[in-house]
Amino acid sequence: MKRWAPYWLALPGWMWLGIFLVVPIVAMASVSLQTGNLLDGFVQTFSVSNYTDAIGKYSTQLVRSLVYGGVATVIMLLLGYPVAYWIAFKAGSRKSMYLFLLLLPFFVSFVLRTISWGFLLADDGILFGTLKGWGLLPENFHVLATTVAVIGGLVYNFLPFMILPIYVALERVDPRVIEAAYDLYASRFDAFRRVVLPLSLPGVFAGVLMTFVPATADPVNAAVLGGTGNTMIGNIIQTEYLVNSNYPTASALSFTLMAVLLVGIFIYARALGTENVLEAAAR
Amino acid sequence: MRTRFGDRILHWYTWLIILWLSSPIVVMIMFGFNDKKSKSNTSWQGFTLKWYQQLFAIDGLTEALINSVIIAVVSTILATTLGTLLGLAVGRYRFRGKGVTNFLIFAAISTPELVMGASLLSLFVSANAPRGHITIIIAHTLFSLAFVVVTVRARVVVLDPSLEEAARDLGAGTWDTFRLVTLPSIMPGVAAGAMLAFALSIDDYVVTSFVNGSELTFPLWIIGSVKVGIPAQVNVMGTLIFALGALVAVANSVSARRRAAR
Repeated sequence: MKRWAPYWLALPGWMWLGIFLVVPIVAMASVSLQTGNLLDGFVQTFSVSNYTDAIGKYSTQLVRSLVYGGVATVIMLLLGYPVAYWIAFKAGSRKSMYLFLLLLPFFVSFVLRTISWGFLLADDGILFGTLKGWGLLPENFHVLATTVAVIGGLVYNFLPFMILPIYVALERVDPRVIEAAYDLYASRFDAFRRVVLPLSLPGVFAGVLMTFVPATADPVNAAVLGGTGNTMIGNIIQTEYLVNSNYPTASALSFTLMAVLLVGIFIYARALGTENVLEAAAR
Repeated sequence: MRTRFGDRILHWYTWLIILWLSSPIVVMIMFGFNDKKSKSNTSWQGFTLKWYQQLFAIDGLTEALINSVIIAVVSTILATTLGTLLGLAVGRYRFRGKGVTNFLIFAAISTPELVMGASLLSLFVSANAPRGHITIIIAHTLFSLAFVVVTVRARVVVLDPSLEEAARDLGAGTWDTFRLVTLPSIMPGVAAGAMLAFALSIDDYVVTSFVNGSELTFPLWIIGSVKVGIPAQVNVMGTLIFALGALVAVANSVSARRRAAR
């Protein structure tokens, strides 16, 4: 009886994950190898032409998404690390207050936050409209519907996911280790570079993981803040599925995106051990 | 002792980032009070409370908000139940398939939302299942489940097994031990998981956009109205949800501090 306890506990969860995560991905793999159209129906042909066609047709958007996601991740790392560092080492008893303030925007829906950010960037909005009124900006100045707006939106939306894991890693650094470095005549910079930075790397890994994947696959920022020249792969997949009902192409694109992203993740996960990554992600 | 110059700069910098992250929230709250005349709501035209008085004047929006709340409540209950059981299993026992289970949980968290939504749609299309409330709840339970497992497992692994042994020695059955000893000690993890599940569900746009059929949730309705101009009621609802969420979080941390002080 006792021997079976874990299986009974796990059974409902397994079924849910199996039926709604594993089976759909298999279903998607099968759809991506079908040919046909909505009217005549789709036939399983195991032809890889969907992949070659889709990648050929949308390589621009695929590459653009990876570039936007990558650039946004690097900016988030550069912007976020000092914040995590200051809160972990210098905020003293106010740590939780600062973390709370950083997380405050999450009480507003992601979609609404992005739209509000768009309000702020609007050509005649309170920021640029006012500056133009004062003659500080030329009349034709605009940010909305440009690459800058989209990458800025991605950074804005996912930055806390970069800061938190780095903060967790830095928080666990034993201050005595840093003192030891000073005792051994390390300069402030050396102590940071050779002691603090290496110890915070798991947090950096987790932060990159938690920002790069959603930023690259995100369709919302490009739709709300970008123009016609900023379409990302997420928008294409949505359109192919929901507007064009071109399921094989859309599935092939989703698979390609997932393959590209997951290959990266599993290299990380292998290097750190899955449980470590999950733990870092959960904190 | 004088604070170092570099530290002071970092302090200001941290505040600057916080201000930047909060600025769209300020804009959202402010324009809920804007006496706008046209469809667009980007320039300030005077103070009014009329959007608060006419909060539920837009039928589609109200309906979408109600949909969102119902879906969030149901999927939170499902995800918390399944996730707690699974969290107990992987946190406490060694069993065949534990590695696979951990991998599945990891996959559920790291699969991009877009791929999760697209693959679920592939399944529902292949199975000819009609899309609506039920498919949205299935999807939301799926992505919340893994987060509940992770928060519950974190509590289970630090749970002292001798407590349960003591309960059993005192004559408690399996169910009583679970109800009176195990569940109360893992409750903070369960509650955190449930809150996370609710927040993820009510906020979700990407996955929902694939499996919703013609059913609209709050985020979907908002995205749908971007092109035609977002009514100020959206700002008001966003403000109220924000205030409620922040209040719950503050109350939660205050009560946690009280408990810790006792």
